[in-house]
Amino acid sequence: MSEHEHHGHDHGHDHGRTFQPDHAEPVTDAARIGLALRELLIESGRYSADEEQAVIAKMQGARPENGAALVARAWLDPAFRARLLADGATTIRELGFDLSPTEFTVVENTGRVHNVIVCTLCSCYPRALLGMSPAWYKSKNYRSRVVREPRQVLAEFGVELEPGVEVRVHDSTAELRYMVLPQRPPGTDGWSEERLAGIVTRDSLIGAQRRLDAGS
Amino acid sequence: MSDALFSVGQRVRIADRTPPVHHRVPAYAKGQVGVIERVCGMHGRPETYIRGDGEPRTRLYRVRIPQPGLWAGYSGEAEDKLDLEVFEHWLEPVE
Repeated sequence: MSEHEHHGHDHGHDHGRTFQPDHAEPVTDAARIGLALRELLIESGRYSADEEQAVIAKMQGARPENGAALVARAWLDPAFRARLLADGATTIRELGFDLSPTEFTVVENTGRVHNVIVCTLCSCYPRALLGMSPAWYKSKNYRSRVVREPRQVLAEFGVELEPGVEVRVHDSTAELRYMVLPQRPPGTDGWSEERLAGIVTRDSLIGAQRRLDAGS
Repeated sequence: MSDALFSVGQRVRIADRTPPVHHRVPAYAKGQVGVIERVCGMHGRPETYIRGDGEPRTRLYRVRIPQPGLWAGYSGEAEDKLDLEVFEHWLEPVE
């Protein structure tokens, strides 16, 4: 039995358990290069540490609920919907969101069209609006297959397409970021904007879900 | 901002070339014919961002390609489409 496991010790704390290790130091070359680059950029005045903190705070505030709020507003306000589809980047500023300098393109699902978003070249996603993308969105499986066999991939997500529906795949290859405007489900007449936003899922904003559930 | 060389609905071919730099045109789209779906804004070119500036700023478009012509043995429906973003210097008109 070591001294520190010994009961009846004069002072009331356990030395062996109060020690907290520091946060892990970066060990990979890539992490070291990243840290060095960040310090050099701040040191040389390309941006300030405060500006970096502000960007991090903004990223941490991004979540799918932001997209759901846009969808609910679009369902209730036809003029907003028209502006959102015509010029997403400008229109989302009305709700306090900003994705500049990338463009923001909202594509609308209808009874005849189903849209689905992918980035085959990397994993572009409107992260500053919707938060981190799901792991499957970044997978090679999804990125390589949804362009080539979108109907099979959608079926694997449980999407049922009515006969005659056109599938539109949007490959986010350059400076645009995309969001799908899903269809408003039946049984939601008279619902408040907040209640409508509550049924909009992240996957429906990417096109991996077609029908939203209004519940009972 | 320069005038757009192409307009919505115009048929275009995406160049089939592979410069040895980052260029953001997926291999499957090279040499393909589609129509301009949307004229987008002016953005930096991926090919020159490597030297830090992206110049000259270049017009971006969304090009819509019918899926069945894009993939041999496409198993979906004839009306399915694929849209992607392509810079102006990658596009040429198709008569």
